[in-house]
Amino acid sequence: MNEKVDLTLTVNGQRHAIRVEPRKTLVDAIRDDCGQTGTHAGCEHGVCGACTILLDGEPVRSCLMFAIQCEGRDIRTVEGLANGNELHPLQQSFIDHHALQCGFCTPGFLMLAAGVLRKRPDIGDEELIDLLSSNLCRCTGYANIIKAVKAVRDGLAQA
Amino acid sequence: MAERGIIGKSLPRLEDPPLVTGRGRFAADINFPHQLHMRIVRSAMAHARIVSIDAEAARALPGVVAVWTAADIPDASPVDFREGPNEKLAPYRQHVLAREAVRYVGDPVAAVFAESAYVAEDAADLVAVEYEELPVVLAADAPPGEFSPGRSTEATLVRQDYGDIDAAFAAAHLVVELDLSVGRHTGVPMETRGAIGRYDAARDVLELHGAAKVPHKNRDSLGRMLGRDVTGIHLYESHVGGGFGVRGELYPEDILVLMAAMRLGRPVKWIEDRREHLMATNHSRQQRHRIRAAVDAEGRLLAIDNEFFHDQGAYIRTHGTRVADSTCGLLPGPYRLPVYRARGHFRLTNKTPAATYRSPSRYETNFVRERVMDEIGRRLGLSPVDVRRRNFLAKEEMPFARPLAALGENVVYDSGDYALLLDKALAAFRWDEVQADMARRRAAGEMVGAALAVFVEKSGLGPTDGARVIVDTTGAVEVVTGGASVGQGFETVVAQVCAETLGVDYDRIRVTHGRTDRIEYGLGAHASRATVMTANATAAAAARVRAKALDVAAEMMQAPIEALDIVAGRVVRTDIESGPSVALGEIARNLAPSAKLRNGREPGLSSDGWFDTEHQTYPYGVQMAVVKVDPETGGVAVERMLVGYDIGRAINPMLVHGQIAGGFAQGLGGALYEEFRYSETGDPLSVTFADYLIPTASEVPEVEILLTEDAPSPCNPLGIKGAGESGIAAVGAVIASAVDEAIGIPGAITELPITPQRLKRILAGIRRPLAAE
Repeated sequence: MNEKVDLTLTVNGQRHAIRVEPRKTLVDAIRDDCGQTGTHAGCEHGVCGACTILLDGEPVRSCLMFAIQCEGRDIRTVEGLANGNELHPLQQSFIDHHALQCGFCTPGFLMLAAGVLRKRPDIGDEELIDLLSSNLCRCTGYANIIKAVKAVRDGLAQA
Repeated sequence: MAERGIIGKSLPRLEDPPLVTGRGRFAADINFPHQLHMRIVRSAMAHARIVSIDAEAARALPGVVAVWTAADIPDASPVDFREGPNEKLAPYRQHVLAREAVRYVGDPVAAVFAESAYVAEDAADLVAVEYEELPVVLAADAPPGEFSPGRSTEATLVRQDYGDIDAAFAAAHLVVELDLSVGRHTGVPMETRGAIGRYDAARDVLELHGAAKVPHKNRDSLGRMLGRDVTGIHLYESHVGGGFGVRGELYPEDILVLMAAMRLGRPVKWIEDRREHLMATNHSRQQRHRIRAAVDAEGRLLAIDNEFFHDQGAYIRTHGTRVADSTCGLLPGPYRLPVYRARGHFRLTNKTPAATYRSPSRYETNFVRERVMDEIGRRLGLSPVDVRRRNFLAKEEMPFARPLAALGENVVYDSGDYALLLDKALAAFRWDEVQADMARRRAAGEMVGAALAVFVEKSGLGPTDGARVIVDTTGAVEVVTGGASVGQGFETVVAQVCAETLGVDYDRIRVTHGRTDRIEYGLGAHASRATVMTANATAAAAARVRAKALDVAAEMMQAPIEALDIVAGRVVRTDIESGPSVALGEIARNLAPSAKLRNGREPGLSSDGWFDTEHQTYPYGVQMAVVKVDPETGGVAVERMLVGYDIGRAINPMLVHGQIAGGFAQGLGGALYEEFRYSETGDPLSVTFADYLIPTASEVPEVEILLTEDAPSPCNPLGIKGAGESGIAAVGAVIASAVDEAIGIPGAITELPITPQRLKRILAGIRRPLAAE
């Protein structure tokens, strides 16, 4: 079980050849072996959503997957959201709406929202709040997070 | 100085860009070459004698470097009190690894050090501990037991009082007596704790990374505990994923990584997991109050007799008896109270140790006191508004000294107009309309109710804080503070104050905090003090830098100082339309040690600034809520929530709103959902986020916020009061009262949190008599 295996993870389009135990979780591999520490481990049992990433476009909890399950798949983390120095609309909107305080849960919320809006750019308010309630934040009381995501959704609708 | 309007403006935060792009640096993101990983073996028993510990199998596991038990560190000091030695309470301190006995599930028994976190966890599972079970004490209101031979679990009785209590009760028109309990819950930041110890033998400096809240105080404590000169210990705060009182206190794990870094000669990293967090990081709040109030015929308070049982958990941690002391000192809140007696039974139980959590003692006492006010109003036929108005301290009575103490200071309310804020909040909430609407809806069969609660907060704990403002030769500005940031926007606030005072753009200012190697003194971030103390110190330092810059500029520009101002980092003449200007960087160059123009002035365009205060400031607020109860599920939904708060003066209203909204969400957790429950043998039942329920986006309504600046603090030049604890302070109080209204049973709620199970039982209680009819 503890024999390390070679595998290649593709994180934000970058290929990382790593050598890990089969039991290594995806979040630990992204952080420790690929050096992308923007993805946070908040509970390691799939409730808080701080570790949310996009796997082949779908928001998933990277603490509930093993790295070995993700070879050859498209992994997107918060580090890949911005286009160079140009922030992703969600990142800018989170700043504009004061949707973060300590910032620990922020990468998870950004990736969750990015995944949701990519598939459902016209999602209704009620359903959006329902989806956002799958991640936990302890600082903001959520209202500003909801506003920030709605603003981006509404911008997409106009575009 | 020109009025620049930077203070008071909702400017975007300087903190945000790295945090939204994944470039933050939280404790788990810190790594050093050649580091070891620590894993704690924790007690599985709530109270037991340790018979033996067998760590051979763990030591034999490849990749394990060491396994320590208490026997391996006989010289380790227990975790000390932050405010220094206390002989009476010292025996109740926690050893970094349990000696002889364990006292709660989660008590550290052994520490494993290994090449990887995974191996360390494997090895921890191999440490076999044999226990001999001892009787458990799980309730602070149960008869005290024995902590150790001859030593009671009632570590102390805290007491404060004034006036003749017996005479006051004898003369009362009415005596109200309630038995009220607040459940065990706590801060639960999204980032768990983390500590990385590193010993730099070349410089003989011991470093603790992952520090938070009170780095300087902790350095002093660590110096005492480790027997090291404090100049040889440095603490480094990086990003902190939420503090809320629990993060940044010293815990056994902090001491262990430092001792191990020295003895094993390698950096040692420890990151807490969530299960550990919920059983090892400070709990809070659990108190039962037996409270009596004596009132006259008009509903005016004559006396309060406040007896309470404080459930401290297994040990006394860094705060000593602070929460219980403040429970005595701050319970009276906004009301005139001629006579008062508080007796707090400070008792140890076999549960996780407790300490402060955001609005410590106020969340509890606001619930207790406001329940009493509701009951007085009901018994005398007074509305919730009238009974409170009748008892408010008046604006004319300010500053108001009460012969009580809290946080080591006499309680002196600095300023306030409670009646005015209540009036404004009633209007903003449309209280009368809401009451009419509630009546209509209740008549239509809905269980809805509206309520209010009033509270006094405290902030800006002194006595002194300093800051250093440095302008470099490029004109960039750094403010080095002894403050700390737990994610609340501290950097932005300090930059705004510096920008306003000095005359530079706020986004050209770098704010440094939580670094003991950059500034010798600091009080950190606790008790909503960072903005009050550090902002005023920053203003003082920036004013001195400004004076120094103008002095040099006057000479360079051949102009009188009165004709000069600093705008966007350049000294300009105010008496002529366009003219020469000098950049601050250029002035800094002329103050270089070897610069000719320096002319005997102190080198460098920099200065320290200090702010001293004798008293805390006391901001105050009103909370109002509308709730709806679902009688089928026992669930409570908050339909509306208003927080009215007088902050004296807001530096960045957007950030204040953020503090209030976030605090409210936490308060709602403690009012309805969050509770650490234990089995009858002391096994913790709330060790995952599936059992310990934090409110999500679905449960938290948007808070209506009424921010007023009617009572600036006379205690500091900026007139500011803190905001960190205002959103949470009275949530338990107001939700309890609103649920009473909704279910139509006055005084029904005597215990927080109001879980569906508890509420269903209360509702079943009223159904029984109905069925009997």
